[in-house]
Amino acid sequence: MEIILALSIGALTSSGIWLLLRSRTYQVLIGLSLLSYAVNLFIFSMGRVQSAAPPLLKPGVPADLAHYADPVPQALVLTAIVITFAMTALFLVVLLAARGLTRTDHVDGRRSGT
Amino acid sequence: MFSSDTLLLATIALPFVGSLVASLLPTNARNAEAWLACGTALCVLVSLSLLYPAMADEQIVRSEFEWIPSAGLSFVLRVDGFAWIFALLITGVGFLVFLYARYYMSPEDPVPRFFAFLLAFMGSMLGIALSGNLIQLVFFWELTSFFSFLLIGYWHHDASARAGARIALTVTASGGLCLFAGVIVLGHIAGSYDLDRVLAAGDVIRGHALYLPALVLILIGALTKSAQFPFHFWLPRAMAAPTPVSAYLHSATMVKAGVFLLARLWPVLGGTDYWLYIVGSAGLVTFVMGAFLAMFQNDLKSVLAYSTLSHLGLITLLLGLDSPLATVAAIFHMLNHATFKASLFMGVGIIDHETGTRDIRRLSGLYRFLPVTATLAMVAAAAMAGVPLLNGFLSKEMFFAETIATHNGSLLDDALPYVATLAAMFSVAYSLRFIRDVFFGPPATLPRTPKEPPHWMRFPIELLVVVCLVVGIVPNLTIGPFLNIAVASVLGPNAPVFDLAVWHGFTLPFLMSIIALAGGVATYAVLRVYNLDTGPLFVLAKSRLSVGDTVSAWARRILGLLGTQRLQTQLRILVCVALVAGFLPLVGHKLLPETMELTPIDPAFALVWIIGIVCALATAQQAKFHRLAALILMGGAGLATCITFIYLSAPDLALTQLLVEVVTMVLILLGLRWLPKRLDEGLRQADSSTLMRRYVDLSIALAAGAGLAAVSFAVLTRQVLPDGIADHFLERSYTEGGGRNVVNVILVDFRGFDTLGEVSVLCIVALSVFALLRRFRPAPESLSVPERKRVQEAFDVDHPDRQPGETFADYLLVPSVIMRLLFPVIGTFAIYLFLRGHDFPGGGFVAGLSMAIAIILQYMAMGTVWVEHRIRVYPLRWMALGFAFAFATGIAAWLVGYPFLTSHMFIAHLPIIGDVHISSTLFFDFGVLAIVLGATVLILIALAHQTIRTHRKPSMPSAVADGVG
Repeated sequence: MEIILALSIGALTSSGIWLLLRSRTYQVLIGLSLLSYAVNLFIFSMGRVQSAAPPLLKPGVPADLAHYADPVPQALVLTAIVITFAMTALFLVVLLAARGLTRTDHVDGRRSGT
Repeated sequence: MFSSDTLLLATIALPFVGSLVASLLPTNARNAEAWLACGTALCVLVSLSLLYPAMADEQIVRSEFEWIPSAGLSFVLRVDGFAWIFALLITGVGFLVFLYARYYMSPEDPVPRFFAFLLAFMGSMLGIALSGNLIQLVFFWELTSFFSFLLIGYWHHDASARAGARIALTVTASGGLCLFAGVIVLGHIAGSYDLDRVLAAGDVIRGHALYLPALVLILIGALTKSAQFPFHFWLPRAMAAPTPVSAYLHSATMVKAGVFLLARLWPVLGGTDYWLYIVGSAGLVTFVMGAFLAMFQNDLKSVLAYSTLSHLGLITLLLGLDSPLATVAAIFHMLNHATFKASLFMGVGIIDHETGTRDIRRLSGLYRFLPVTATLAMVAAAAMAGVPLLNGFLSKEMFFAETIATHNGSLLDDALPYVATLAAMFSVAYSLRFIRDVFFGPPATLPRTPKEPPHWMRFPIELLVVVCLVVGIVPNLTIGPFLNIAVASVLGPNAPVFDLAVWHGFTLPFLMSIIALAGGVATYAVLRVYNLDTGPLFVLAKSRLSVGDTVSAWARRILGLLGTQRLQTQLRILVCVALVAGFLPLVGHKLLPETMELTPIDPAFALVWIIGIVCALATAQQAKFHRLAALILMGGAGLATCITFIYLSAPDLALTQLLVEVVTMVLILLGLRWLPKRLDEGLRQADSSTLMRRYVDLSIALAAGAGLAAVSFAVLTRQVLPDGIADHFLERSYTEGGGRNVVNVILVDFRGFDTLGEVSVLCIVALSVFALLRRFRPAPESLSVPERKRVQEAFDVDHPDRQPGETFADYLLVPSVIMRLLFPVIGTFAIYLFLRGHDFPGGGFVAGLSMAIAIILQYMAMGTVWVEHRIRVYPLRWMALGFAFAFATGIAAWLVGYPFLTSHMFIAHLPIIGDVHISSTLFFDFGVLAIVLGATVLILIALAHQTIRTHRKPSMPSAVADGVG
């Protein structure tokens, strides 16, 4: 399990960063989204993996990490997901406005080399 | 009578209260503003004068209020003789300047801002004078820098005013930061920030290893404020300020704050070689340089600015000389300079006001037009030159006497009397030039024919000039007692006996004065013959090194060398730095533990991620030419993430991820329409540099991915640290938070304040998106009707039995009906998610998102116009409501004496349903719901409106805005 999770984080990161370094605004937007999947999974994985142990307390079960998944990274990631949405929205609108103003979707607002 | 606490508090608070009131008055209320400002200053003067008996007894009046007791800081107001005199000076000159400003400001100037800033500035200066705590002093110190910035830049349409304000702020505020650091060191040495305790610890401070750093930092603060070399350059540029500001800030108060602080801390910091050399040489250089440069200025205000530099240099030099008598002379000259310089500035203001110019070369023969103003200005200028029977003469005489007295026998010390006489000659020369060139000679042709100003505009000058005269003639009867009070409080028992007599006999200082006067007249005569505008002396004077310009030039050069305008380069550097920063801590550590227990691989999970990874890679490959495909593929990777959350025991995350995924998809789909068409040209033959760049990027991406994979694998295979905070939350979630869903309890209860911050960010983003889209101008080629719609319309036109637009309306009819029917279902589901959130997966975040999806589905199914005819959506109100709920929950805890956002459980007795356990966090969570709903809907609708906006009649956009807002 660990190895799959680690590999998928790696793949998402690589794809995200590759797109982040590209020249079109849409590529950067998608790249950021992929990168945030990776980062969210990474933060989440700091709580180690545990199946079928959601942090929903059941009466009679001791409240410790042996019986429940770590709730702290989950709480962090939950807000991170919502903030990611906000970031995507803002960036999308900025890129649309930039496209309207500069007539191009290049990240620098002009063709490369000029 | 009033207690001293009340008096002191009133002194400091009145100007700020006045400032607040002043800012609320109507724009053209010059009279009301002046009454208010002068009244405030008079009240402060009265409350200060009530302290006179205590001051005459050489007492220190203190009142202390608790500020941050845990850090040992209290808000201390402390008045001793010196602070009292300085406060009187600030308020007195303030009163006169307020009166003068009433007549100076033109009816078009927005005066509330002006008087509000001036009053606030006066309050901040009083704060410096009356602070009994060093940290508090620095606070007021920075406030004065801030208000001086606003005042210098008052005419913000003028580029030079803006530049001058910026430079003044940069120099004095960074000096203030140094002062802050220095004060912290000083407080560390003395063990307290309390001024009285610091003043009592002089020997400890001078003997401490940290003495030099503290001294240097504090001196940078003081010297920047007083515009001493090498920080002098901001003052001449600050002359772009309105003249009342210059008269107040640049003669009597702001620049005096530096020397005030030097005098204040001289008993603890002075008495060492460092003090002598740093303070003395800065003062000497500024003294001579200022006087020299003042002779060559053609702008009257510049003459006064350089002369101010010179006089401040003189005061600094006196303080640097490190002897009790020199300190007496310094304090005396601070007061004298304020009186004659303020009156001169105001006089120049009148000249400027009446003639329309301040250029000495254009002015001439003004005496016959402005006899009274001219006489007043001449007396003040004579005081500046140090002519006998005026106050400037007395302090200059004391200064000469001090330069003669031997201090340490160095070469500098021997040269001092000569240098002082030389600089005094310069100051006589520029004063004479000021008098003779402006007021005498043939009448010049001027932009306006001057006439005497209203009497009350001249009154402040008259009063100050009378002070110059009276102090100059009978010093012992007038200023003597006050000076004694001030000196006694600075020097304590070491206060020297001094004699303020006008006539001491034919002494050496008197001879120096005579030489300076005669030499000054001669210098002026030479300068008149010499062509001032082209001679080498002039070039020398004009080629002054402007530190500010040099710094910006260098900054620009370095930026050009190291910086880039290109985002790709910046991001590449950023990612590489992050890579290195992530790699460095791993050096010398083993990445993998000795023993690892891997959980067995579930083939289903493996399959999910095989698909997920393929999706991710395909997204990266497709994003350039096939945007829609890339978007769908990205959704695939998102779904894999979502499944991972379910599989690994995070149902809340899975829910949120799924809903956010939906909303993001809709969002980007809405945006795709405005992006340019890009055709897949296949694999073009790329040139070698492009190929090279791609390989570099690819290796960066692979390195980053491999690195993050390795680190997460290393973490995943290690044991959980035993002292984590997870157990804390797990144990207390039910007992203290009253909820079984630990994640939700953390969000709305334990870390509720963080969540409040998060949703605020969401709101800010939503509002920014809304604002950006209001001014959105799409590229022209995106404006055409989409192809699908064109085909549909063409179909209608070709078939005579169909109405135009019918096909479009029927498009996706079945899904639309289903989506319409889903609205109440999803709405109910959202309420269900919200209510169960505290104990089961759900909560405000997901409920808000589901509700937003319910609404946006209607938009997708039936179109914007249809939806907005049927339901009114007010996202802004939802957001406001959410904040109201969240804050009300937080403040309710305050009201019953708990910290902000403390939760409370109570049992509600509802009819039929029975007893229900309700936590106050439910209200907070509802706030979160409303904010998330409002923000999400606002973003989506704002984007959706772009499509119909261009098709609507011009009158419609306001209706759109109403519908959204």
